Amino acid sequence: MENLDLLMQIYVFVLAIFVGFELITKVPPTLHTPLMSGSNAISGITIVGALLSAGAQEFTISTILGVVALIFATINVVGGYLVTDRMLKMFKKK
Amino acid sequence: MQVVAYLVYLLASVLFIFGIKKLGSPKTARQGNQLSALGMLLAVVVTLLDQHIVSYEYIILGIIIGSLIGGILAVKVPMTGMPQMVGLLNGFGGGASALVAFAEYFKEADMGLTFEMSTLITIVLSILIGSVTFTGSLIAFGKLQGIVTGKVVKYPLQNPINIILILAVVAATVIVVMEPSNINVLYGIGAVSLLLGVLLVLPIGGADMPVAVSLLNSYSGLAASMTGFVLSNNMLIIAGALVGASGIILTMIMCKGMNRSLMNVVLGGWEDAGSDSGAALDGPQKTAKSIDAEELAMLLDSVQSVVIVPGYGMAVAQAQHAVRDLTNILEKKNINVRFAIHPVAGRMPGHMNVLLAEAQVSYDKLFALEDINDDFPNVDLAIVVGANDVVNPAARHDEKSPIYGMPILNVDYAKTVIVNKRSLNVGYAGIQNELFFYDNTLMFFGSAKEAINSLNNELKAL
Repeated sequence: MENLDLLMQIYVFVLAIFVGFELITKVPPTLHTPLMSGSNAISGITIVGALLSAGAQEFTISTILGVVALIFATINVVGGYLVTDRMLKMFKKK
Repeated sequence: MQVVAYLVYLLASVLFIFGIKKLGSPKTARQGNQLSALGMLLAVVVTLLDQHIVSYEYIILGIIIGSLIGGILAVKVPMTGMPQMVGLLNGFGGGASALVAFAEYFKEADMGLTFEMSTLITIVLSILIGSVTFTGSLIAFGKLQGIVTGKVVKYPLQNPINIILILAVVAATVIVVMEPSNINVLYGIGAVSLLLGVLLVLPIGGADMPVAVSLLNSYSGLAASMTGFVLSNNMLIIAGALVGASGIILTMIMCKGMNRSLMNVVLGGWEDAGSDSGAALDGPQKTAKSIDAEELAMLLDSVQSVVIVPGYGMAVAQAQHAVRDLTNILEKKNINVRFAIHPVAGRMPGHMNVLLAEAQVSYDKLFALEDINDDFPNVDLAIVVGANDVVNPAARHDEKSPIYGMPILNVDYAKTVIVNKRSLNVGYAGIQNELFFYDNTLMFFGSAKEAINSLNNELKAL
């Protein structure tokens, strides 16, 4: 059963990569910087794992690691989305 | 409750996909980014309701610190500093993934669980990729910021050392799988990975940073995916895979833009370019003609179409606003002004586009190489601002040139070419640019900002 779970996760991983390729090849070069910073913010999704470690019941070494990870991931998420928005605001057609 | 959480995670994954899809056009891009941010917010909120989360003090602390740092960085960073910013953010994402993998290991070890082999392997991969991304990004940041040398750094036994380190990680993984309680081996893997990140990015030259930053972007996504495998969370796997794909595509576009293989860039290529080749140095000494602002203003008064080719020099001199002013002045004279953007101009993909957007140049005036290159013969005047190798005609015909085969902007086909540069110095590839000595080329010497501003003043005075 455990192996089947892993297998399903690999399915999801491979299919998501294909979705990514399809989507990203359609992004025009003019938006490549915001694409990079915006996708960068998405990679901060690891924040979910950080929250689970930082909020565990007992204070252990994994809480400390979780809090540091949480700080890193939050910088990534907040900084990434805000700076992308700041850039995209500027793209205007006259 | 668990079911609800997983459904929300699915919704978040869909929002990420839609968000990226909407980046397909500048009109919908901002909305797309906001959808993606909404997905992230939903994912965070539903995670906070998870029954395993019982104490919130540290979470609040972490989120406040992270938001402050991230928010301040995002608001303060100048547009010219965007490559560094993205480099740094990649690093934090990768670092977070590695730390989460470590935390997960301790958590499960504390509970006395026996590890599945697959869990251990994904923990190792998460630590490896995350740590490489972390230190690699810090080095990339340092190079872009000018703290670490932008030159190609070669160290003795470069490749053997890296291969040995990678083999060491593989061997250590086997030990971890056989003896999951051996935490020291896991620390060792972390340490070697951190070192590997430094060693892999250090050799990459400053102008190759678009490739490095794209690649690290991809790694940060893959690290998140691996963490998803560790946590058995499909949302992380999907989100990470999207980012991984994005980074790889951008990396390939950048490599193609330089006609170089990824290996060549990663190993710090173009090392001996300056000494080996340089046809212009061996050939008969030619002289470049120059033009001053006043003469150029008069020349511009008589043309109908202008194409501006910006390069890294424009970013360094912060000349994008001066270039915008020039565009406005020329358009008032009914001159057609367009911009030709080479894929590797600047220090990250799309770098020039962002700078020109900041200066409020309409994005429909910006053309990619393949969209404008055939039109250069119809262009009266091409103005090169701070670009060099990407307009070197040697790439088309000189088989000895290190940049031979690289797609270039064919500015030399324009009736007249103006090259704004501080000197006749070589570009990043370390080779002389024969374009400077062409009959239809005029050098307009000076730092981009001052030179263009003085040109603008002359144009206004006409």
